[in-house]
Amino acid sequence: MDRASHAVRPARVDATGWGWRHAGRRRQALQGVDLAIEPGERVLLLGPSGSGKSTLLHAFAGVLGGDDEGESRGTLRVDGRAPTEARGRAGLVLQDPDSQVILARVGDDVAFGCENLGVPREEIWERVRAAVDAVGLDLPLDHPTSRLSGGQKQRLALAGAIAMRPGLLLLDEPTANLDPDGVAEVRRAVARVLERTGATLVVVEHRVDVWLDLVDRVVVLGADGELIADGRPDAVLDRRREALAAAGVWVPDVPLEVPDAEVVANDAPPALSTTDLAIGRPRGRVLHEGLDLAIPAAASTVLTGPNGAGKSTLALTLGGLLRPRGGRVAAAPTISLGLGESPVRWRSRELLTRIGTVFQEPEHQFVAATVRDEVAVAPRALGLAAREVDARVDEVLHRLRLDHLAAANPFTLSGGEARRLSVGSVLATRPGVVILDEPTFGQDRLGWVELVRLLHELVHDGTTLLSVTHDAAFIDSLGGHRIALDARGGARVGSGSRG
Amino acid sequence: MSAVELPESGHAPSLRFVDRVNPATRLAAAMVLTTPLLLTVDWLSAAIALGIQLVLFSLAGVTPGLLVRRTWPILIAAPIAGISMLLYGRPSGTVYWEFWLARITDGSIQLALAVTLRVLAIGLPAALLFLRVDPTDLADGLAQVWRLPARFVLGALAATRLVGLFVEDWRAMSLSRRARGIGDHGAVRRAATMAFALLVLAIRRGSKLATAMEARGFGAETERTWARPSQVGSADALLVLLAAAVAAISIAGALWAGTFHPVWA
Repeated sequence: MDRASHAVRPARVDATGWGWRHAGRRRQALQGVDLAIEPGERVLLLGPSGSGKSTLLHAFAGVLGGDDEGESRGTLRVDGRAPTEARGRAGLVLQDPDSQVILARVGDDVAFGCENLGVPREEIWERVRAAVDAVGLDLPLDHPTSRLSGGQKQRLALAGAIAMRPGLLLLDEPTANLDPDGVAEVRRAVARVLERTGATLVVVEHRVDVWLDLVDRVVVLGADGELIADGRPDAVLDRRREALAAAGVWVPDVPLEVPDAEVVANDAPPALSTTDLAIGRPRGRVLHEGLDLAIPAAASTVLTGPNGAGKSTLALTLGGLLRPRGGRVAAAPTISLGLGESPVRWRSRELLTRIGTVFQEPEHQFVAATVRDEVAVAPRALGLAAREVDARVDEVLHRLRLDHLAAANPFTLSGGEARRLSVGSVLATRPGVVILDEPTFGQDRLGWVELVRLLHELVHDGTTLLSVTHDAAFIDSLGGHRIALDARGGARVGSGSRG
Repeated sequence: MSAVELPESGHAPSLRFVDRVNPATRLAAAMVLTTPLLLTVDWLSAAIALGIQLVLFSLAGVTPGLLVRRTWPILIAAPIAGISMLLYGRPSGTVYWEFWLARITDGSIQLALAVTLRVLAIGLPAALLFLRVDPTDLADGLAQVWRLPARFVLGALAATRLVGLFVEDWRAMSLSRRARGIGDHGAVRRAATMAFALLVLAIRRGSKLATAMEARGFGAETERTWARPSQVGSADALLVLLAAAVAAISIAGALWAGTFHPVWA
């Protein structure tokens, strides 16, 4: 598999005064973009949330849609042609691993793009094998795509894109939803693909450090959708480091201004404890047995472990949402407030003031039509007086900077706002224990810092915190007590250390 | 995040002959076999069809155990349909038992028998012919053999993959309702909010999937090629012929015996 047999003709991109306005919006998503990307260049595209990075990438790929989707200005050319007419010249990988798997078997999924381009059958399978090999997906071609991990799904999407032999590879936050192993897998695969094909690369990503070694140019979009910086990575980062960080980009070497974890004493009284606990989804297999764990009260605990280890299942079981498959979960009297010790036996309404759970996908827990009502749901379920409900909602909205969105529909919020709301709606009933599942997934730097500070405040006020996470910086700041769940078998317990 | 695993056709037992037939042809055979049986409500045609089917499927390797394991919903549904006919079917002839609206008569007994046999004669071949059908293979057959529009067939195929994600979404949402303090009562209202949220997520996922497909050249003007050949051969012709023959014999038998009773009569 030498480079010659895989090499493609790298594409060139030219934008002149290009702009885009989404249908139904008054504001331009992008405006006056002048950008020339030479064949074979590797570009990292940065900018704050809402700066139009994804829009620009979709435009390069020719998938922005027609006149009913929005209105464009200026010109945009891929190899001198309109992107929609240069189909197959660009391969696009999107952020969400689950939404871009198209077919049920690995080989078929990779072949899909080739089929659409009208590649002859024999050649399709040659290309599929080469692509699967290039991304290091060491699986049989009839392997079910439903059994892939997030990192594997992203590599599958990459293989599907490069099987089309595109001269332009476009990656739209390909690692934002992955755990650290997945991020490393995808990065390695992209490096290998570029090595073999020599294609032009444009990657959009909040996490700069992942791609810095791989790119030779950094382009920065401002909040108004205009180009504000363009140049060699070190030069742009040196000049723009602080501004980028302030705009929410994860630039390396800018300290995160959050407190370090406070070490929790080993004999700290637990808020929740388990005895010989076995966990598993209803009707699913038992994932772990014999877990004896303690979640220290009024402190922050992080729960880590590889994908599929059952972290979320453990969190849901501790939160009184899933029934233990064996053994028991016991809440301390300071948490159970007069009820029995087993959270799963409490009524839904009784959980509210005792244990609050924030789900990984905010959308899964939204139940109301406005942000304000969303926060009010739980206080109302408690039967609080209208006045008290209003007071609490105002307090939460203010604290999470959601005041200006009070009338918005929760489903229309950005990722960072939706996360804040999902946390806020749990805080409104002041539960003694708050459990969070991957709270920092897909968050930009600003949202991250904000959330971590808020969680520190909660702990400071006496709330017991348990977070399922992969995020190293989050663990540094909130891993006062740490539980590591193994893929199979057991859990290790440790205390965080400063620094 | 991961999708639930849908039942895999790979675990299904293999059948002689049937497995060599294109899934699209199997769909055709099922239609050829069962459509005539829907036109009459006599017991004899259904009995003849069912008898021949059982012989043919046992030749293909369907054991009684397999039959029960794979078709039990039909085996339960058939007598239930029969019992309702027995009690409430149009009465005629001798009345054997009567209670309020329920009346068992010669006519209702005959109707009950006919309906039970018919549900079996229509349900069993449909279930058994599709024992090992993979949705992808069926889509390939529909698009390449039947020449249905690729855009439509592949769109539907890609959408089936999202079903697993929706099941996951639904589960997470039910748990979250309990966590939000609204899990104690109001099940109908709760289901309504979940259905709405699921719809929003479905539209969002669907549009992302559509973008992903478009980015891979789906819907382009270019003539599409197919990575997996989907062919038909003599086995396919034979299966359709068999299906037609079974249908013809059972209808002819009913006509000859004088039991033929079209639904419109």
